[in-house]
Amino acid sequence: MNADLYRYVLRLGDTSLVLGQRLGEWVGHAPALEEDLGLANIALDLIGQARLLLGYAGQIENRGRTEDELAFLREPGEYFNLRLVEQPNGDFGTTIVRQVLADAYQLEMYERLLTSADEHLAAVACKAVKETRYHLRYSGGWLVRLGDGTPESHRRVQSALNQLWPYTVELFVEDEVDRAMVDRGIAPRLADVQRQWNSRMDALLAEATLVRPGERPYTWFGKHGQHSEHFGYLLAEMQYLQRAYPGARW
Amino acid sequence: MNAPSPIDARVERAWAALACVDDPEIPGLSVVDLGVIRFVEPHADGSLKVGLSPTYTGCPATEVIGTLVEHALAAAEVGSFQVKRVLAPAWTSDWITAEGRRKLGLYGIMPPEHSSSSLHGRAVTCPRCQSTDTETVSEFGSTPCKALHRCRACLEPFEYFKCI
Repeated sequence: MNADLYRYVLRLGDTSLVLGQRLGEWVGHAPALEEDLGLANIALDLIGQARLLLGYAGQIENRGRTEDELAFLREPGEYFNLRLVEQPNGDFGTTIVRQVLADAYQLEMYERLLTSADEHLAAVACKAVKETRYHLRYSGGWLVRLGDGTPESHRRVQSALNQLWPYTVELFVEDEVDRAMVDRGIAPRLADVQRQWNSRMDALLAEATLVRPGERPYTWFGKHGQHSEHFGYLLAEMQYLQRAYPGARW
Repeated sequence: MNAPSPIDARVERAWAALACVDDPEIPGLSVVDLGVIRFVEPHADGSLKVGLSPTYTGCPATEVIGTLVEHALAAAEVGSFQVKRVLAPAWTSDWITAEGRRKLGLYGIMPPEHSSSSLHGRAVTCPRCQSTDTETVSEFGSTPCKALHRCRACLEPFEYFKCI
């Protein structure tokens, strides 16, 4: 088994899975029916991407684990999603800020993975890049409406932005797994991703009349299996059925 | 004219059978109209290979479509076959056939109007009164492939098949 590739694919797949799970929590609770549908649709795309990626991770691992076993039977420390995406939904504005930060990142990642030396990842990116572009159109549109909206909506999204910003540090810190993937032509350089993400984010924030928070050091990384206290609760809900009824099938 | 070889006849039967498999969410629109059947070709081992692409990675209809396709091929007696999932190149709304677009319109869903490369397209036309004075209500709709619009001329809401 290629341990670096396995870890890298889990990071991508877990990030989509956990963000999809969070968005799914909005079903039946969103501020309007249209947003309920929007968030649920994005969740569906993300979980679809996660299925392709976790299925592939299972193949790389080569121990016969399926996408479902990887999704429902791992412990918190065995998940490698970005810490950003496991943060609680908060109000609608907080969910939108988290979504914009994540969508813009995934878009830059998938656009570069299109030319990955790993054919499977390139194929997933080919599908996911179009969906992600659409997601960002939705989340970015809402960021502008809320940021440049009423004083109350502006105050709320600015506060969500300040609160979530430290979690973006992790997006661009290259570790040994990232470097091994870059060396093999499989993954993009995170410095390149960061440059594009920054310019896209600055343009969006300017349009939304929001202030970009200052940079602060942050060293707890979900991609190293270090999660926030919210993560255990998320997994408890997501994994409940398989934990309570092992091997249950539709 | 030569009679078609058995393998050609099998390929033809397979396409004919697939043309009768409807999208589970859009009755009347076949999977061939939708452009998700990528190829039907004979394989060296004598089996038919059928390429199937998902419209959206998380679309729940994808699995149902896969099952329906397998049942249809088995019923058409095309011999041994394999349905293969094709991700790249990714499905695009540009691949919906002219016939498919016509059927969508009849069903009250406005087919994608622009090329998938122009996401920020012009106004969408109302499938009922043909007015272009319409507005987007939601970027997302009842299935992953549709968005919600409203016509300002006839005041009717309608679904629009997204350009992707």
